[in-house]
Amino acid sequence: MTAPAASTSNTPPAEATPNRGAPEWNHHHVLDLDDFSVQEIETVLNLADRMREVLDRRIARVPALRGYTIVNLFYEPSTRTRASFELAGKVLGADVISVTASTSSVVKGESLIDTVRTLRAMRVDAMVMRHSMAGTPYLASEHTDASIINAGDGAHAHPTQALLDLYTIRSHLGDLRGKRVVMVGDIAHSRVARSDMWGLTALGAQVVVCGPPTLLPRGLRASDRPAHAESALPPVTVETDIDRAIEGADVVMALRLQSERQQGGLLPSLHEYARLYQVTAERLARAKPNHLLMHPGPKNEGTEIAASVAAGGHSIIEEQVTNGVAVRMALLYLLSGRELPSDTGEAR
Amino acid sequence: MPTLAIHNGRVIDPALGRDGIADVVIVDGRISRVGPNEGDMVVEAERIDATGLIVSPGFVDLHTHLREPGFEYKETIATGTLAAARGGYTTVCAMPNTSPALDSRSAIESVLREAESTGRVRVLPIGCITVGRKGQELAPQGELVEAGAVAISDDGDAVADPSLMRHALAYSTRFGLPVAQHCEDPSLVRDGQMHEGWVATRLGLRGRPASAEETMVARDIALAELSGAHLHICHISTAGSVALVAAARARGARVTAEVTPHHLTLTHEEVAFAEDYRSIRYNTSAKVNPPLREEADLVALGEALRDGIIDAIATDHAPHATSDKEIEFNLASPGLTMLETAFGLSMRLVHDGVLTLPVLIERMTAGPVRAWRLDERPGLAGLGSLAPGAPADVVILDPNAEWPVEPERFASKGKNTPLGGRTLRGRVLATVYGGQLVYETERVGAY
Repeated sequence: MTAPAASTSNTPPAEATPNRGAPEWNHHHVLDLDDFSVQEIETVLNLADRMREVLDRRIARVPALRGYTIVNLFYEPSTRTRASFELAGKVLGADVISVTASTSSVVKGESLIDTVRTLRAMRVDAMVMRHSMAGTPYLASEHTDASIINAGDGAHAHPTQALLDLYTIRSHLGDLRGKRVVMVGDIAHSRVARSDMWGLTALGAQVVVCGPPTLLPRGLRASDRPAHAESALPPVTVETDIDRAIEGADVVMALRLQSERQQGGLLPSLHEYARLYQVTAERLARAKPNHLLMHPGPKNEGTEIAASVAAGGHSIIEEQVTNGVAVRMALLYLLSGRELPSDTGEAR
Repeated sequence: MPTLAIHNGRVIDPALGRDGIADVVIVDGRISRVGPNEGDMVVEAERIDATGLIVSPGFVDLHTHLREPGFEYKETIATGTLAAARGGYTTVCAMPNTSPALDSRSAIESVLREAESTGRVRVLPIGCITVGRKGQELAPQGELVEAGAVAISDDGDAVADPSLMRHALAYSTRFGLPVAQHCEDPSLVRDGQMHEGWVATRLGLRGRPASAEETMVARDIALAELSGAHLHICHISTAGSVALVAAARARGARVTAEVTPHHLTLTHEEVAFAEDYRSIRYNTSAKVNPPLREEADLVALGEALRDGIIDAIATDHAPHATSDKEIEFNLASPGLTMLETAFGLSMRLVHDGVLTLPVLIERMTAGPVRAWRLDERPGLAGLGSLAPGAPADVVILDPNAEWPVEPERFASKGKNTPLGGRTLRGRVLATVYGGQLVYETERVGAY
């Protein structure tokens, strides 16, 4: 194990501050996209282009992060996000270990702070955190100078998923300004939807969220907030009718529906949900002819998405998965504070 | 006991309608005389000069968590009552969510004994509504009253079962005992972490809707009216609840209500935002039940307090240890330390022109006493006033003094406040309890 990266506080290392021509990057932690500038998002996406090239090589392995140590700290089960981060680190030559922590053994939360401090004492450079409770990466970031990457915190945020969604959409549509992006499903409990809203609106997309009234969070419509708080949530349109939502869409994203929503009395039945909100070929006929179909996974085919469209020609669901590795490589690299490859800035 | 004379302050005694420059003379722990130059008539006395300051009855808190017995790591009767003295409080009603809960004569008596030996101000215990606060069977109200309980409450946990609540209210009429309910329907709040609204949406936290409070306020008012019982709404927090209480009182129902300084002045934005809306935090020091609400609720609460629909300001002083708060938001204990900041924070309503100073003082003195008829208890005649013969509980205030909130200097063990680092305008300078100076700052000196 080698010495940690030079930074000793939550402020970014000096070499990462923007100067003329250099890509903008000011983050020591990645907690959500709400505090990302447009330029910072573009920095990640541009670097992800380079990482995607690396990933597509026959032997996808470079020594860019040699000596950098990453811990996957997962308090909630996850297969894809965890594998994606693990691969991202390994492709770049970092040392990656995974710790599966159990929230059930957590009686008092000092153990979370203890865990984070202990890992830092072992000279860990970055911690990728997944937790069932919103805000836990924020708590962790207050107690360590290692980089904290939020890999999903409760119903709050999933910024790396949002970045990979942005990257994937951009790779097809180029400029997102004015593009109509529709998210359908359990908006209230979706950390993906929350982070996507920030990222998509930052890049100028028109975002529509659609779901049954019981699965829409309070205050999302700007008219439901006081005037002074207009900017406190991303500017989105809220719909409860999927046909109206999908009309003219450039991108349609179906969100995973957890079966416990029905047990919680939020839905009459999964059957009724599918009847009213399933993304089907028939409904997608209202979208633009060249629309894109996305899903953050894991899918419940036959519930929120029809199997035929998930595997159909408009689906870019598998690309999302591959791009996820590239985007996470880019983030890890940026957080390491190491000098960027000289041609990154031209990749746009 | 020596004589104490407080000279030349502006005496505000809402119970007696007094507001003017006067001296307060205390003999043997009781108010002796109040009037201009009365102090000059006393030959031998300890004297305090209150020129330019406000002199009022000591504050009375209907809702204090002293944590003893069982949670002495959060607070003790000694530290909690010292915090009370520093906050200008001379009477605190102690909530029964201790361990064991105050559901028996012996538990009530142990609190009174401990208060007698280590307390700095008067402690009036509140008994449980149900045994162990479990919401299953009624606690023995007669025994609790005999032991000294001034009200009953399962605070923290509302009595969810409407039938049990109905019977608790009906039974209480035998003793004229206030039944104080924390109104939030457990099935509507479930594991809600903060007010349900746009801030909770931003943070991805489960909300506690205003309707969870309002449905239970409405239910309990209806149940209280069945038997003519005295229902007391703890820490009322929404505009909708205020409307329900106002309507009930207009019908003549025996419903009283209290509001906390924080629900009057802080909104749900406190949880998430420090400066602007760009970045967020998960501020557990602003996590409290019922949760901090919205601007419109604050306005309605302030007006109801002004109009007397809300009888009293109560602190809901809820001290917690760092280990209860510096953890995941969902796991953090709800509640905040309030005794030492209650006056300064509530003064915002005076500075903002919502209340006059005499009305604010009324809601912290005579208002709570009247709500629970505390002055009808043995030895407490005149409580909350400066009437001759009343307990000599007096506080000296500077309504315009600015002071920084420094939690590390609190007498309370609980440092859990969202006000740390802020400046409050309005300060308690000295507190007299039973004729004894129990707290004084350097600004109040010998005459």
